[in-house]
Amino acid sequence: MLELKNISYSVEDNGVKKDILKDISLTVDERFVVITGPNGSGKSTLAKIIAGIIKPTRGRIILDGEDITDLSVTDKAKAGISFAFQQPVRFKGITVKDLISLAAGKKISFTEACDYLSEVGLCARDYINREVNGSLSGGEMKRIEIAMILARSTKLSLFDEPEAGIDLWSFNSLTRVFENMHQSVKGNIMIISHQERILDIADKIVLLKDGRIRQIGTKEEIMPQILGATGYCPQIKE
Amino acid sequence: MTLDKIQLDLLEKVADLHGVPSGAYNIRSNGTKAGRNTTANIDIVTKEDVDGIDIIIKPGTKNESVHIPVVLAESGLQETVYNDFHIGENSDVVIVAGCGIHNGGDAASRHSGVHRFFVGKNARVKYIEKHYGEGDGRGERIMNPTTVVELAENSYMEMETAQIKGIDSTNRKTVAKIADGATLIIGEKIMTHGSQVAVTEFEVELNGKDSSTHVVSRSVAKEDSQQKFISRVYGNNACNGHTECDAIVMDNAKVSAIPEIKANHTDASLIHEAVIGKIAGEQLIKLMTLGLTEKEAEEQIISGFLK
Repeated sequence: MLELKNISYSVEDNGVKKDILKDISLTVDERFVVITGPNGSGKSTLAKIIAGIIKPTRGRIILDGEDITDLSVTDKAKAGISFAFQQPVRFKGITVKDLISLAAGKKISFTEACDYLSEVGLCARDYINREVNGSLSGGEMKRIEIAMILARSTKLSLFDEPEAGIDLWSFNSLTRVFENMHQSVKGNIMIISHQERILDIADKIVLLKDGRIRQIGTKEEIMPQILGATGYCPQIKE
Repeated sequence: MTLDKIQLDLLEKVADLHGVPSGAYNIRSNGTKAGRNTTANIDIVTKEDVDGIDIIIKPGTKNESVHIPVVLAESGLQETVYNDFHIGENSDVVIVAGCGIHNGGDAASRHSGVHRFFVGKNARVKYIEKHYGEGDGRGERIMNPTTVVELAENSYMEMETAQIKGIDSTNRKTVAKIADGATLIIGEKIMTHGSQVAVTEFEVELNGKDSSTHVVSRSVAKEDSQQKFISRVYGNNACNGHTECDAIVMDNAKVSAIPEIKANHTDASLIHEAVIGKIAGEQLIKLMTLGLTEKEAEEQIISGFLK
């Protein structure tokens, strides 16, 4: 279980203090918790704070009763937090197998690699020895990023907009991955997303706006708020 | 042939050899011939005018290899060796050269190798060269390899060079002339540390119609080391040339890339790319979110980059 207690984060911009996150308190103890809200509401910043990439200005982060606020990125990862980036990182010379092995914390066999990759719709034969460089498409990178989180299988898995750029692979597959992942790992899964299909599987939805929690609730309770918060425009065609 | 432990270790580092190789070979140790084997298709002859050997590969020789490692374990040894490779038409061979220096003394050890390749029509050559230095003496380990390549019509040569550790100073020069339909691929890997200096210079003349070259240098410069990458590609006919310098710079190291691409023909298509910079912060952070420390992440990124 992850607990966020009064998390705030502010930056100085040309000498002017700007609050990015304001007094966020939240418990993540369900299967799927989805964080949603308009662009610039602070969702990605919140994920980076949980993963340790950004230090909060104020507040505490508690994982299974242990205060992990001051731990480094490495130690937070070891404590049981995984983080799938919104924009996966490319590496020259490092292969898909290398990355999944690093994620799993041990050398993995072809069969194990196949288990993780087939889960995200990639054939291990075609991908295992590919370099994670510019030759892979954005969609392929996103799927490999998810396979790495599967290989880590930690208490808390954080996904920052996992659906963005997931080419032909359908949302159905993506939601199935999350469901299977919960079954096998039994951890908590926290997803940042705008997509209704992802909101559908959420046990709890947190709506952020202007760095504050606007509302916490079920999809039925939150949907009307989302349409209001994102500034629904009747002229934009779906 | 008897080699001691130090010499055998060096041999393994530069030629991946555990003892005597199969096929044709010539092992040079501390300035003298330590072993040689020839085959029906590959002859090795000692030069009479200068120090060095001629390696003669008969036309049509397929799937054979030649190993010509050099090891220097005597401090203060300085030598220049001339090796010529005559590669017959339609052959397909692998050549492994390399030099390992163990300098446990205070005098500088220097090996300068001049390798010339005369590659016949339609022949294919893979040339692998590794340089390695070790030893705790204060004497410098210096290597200055020169490679001269002449590719005849429709021949193909792939050259892989690596200098990963222990060479204090290197001045590497590669000059090539490429005929119609021939291709030269060069992949170079360099890592320098301490106060090492590496200069690497390529000059490729694309003389033939539909000739091509791809020169890629990947390097990592650490601590106070310095590297300079110079590449010149001249397109004298309808041809394709591509040079690429990709360097990671760390600590107080300095790297410079000086390209020259010159089209002397309207159908010459030439590209130069150079990227120099530190390890991207997001790469370190990604690996740290997998539980690696910053140092472990850095090692992974570098070893992948130079793989």
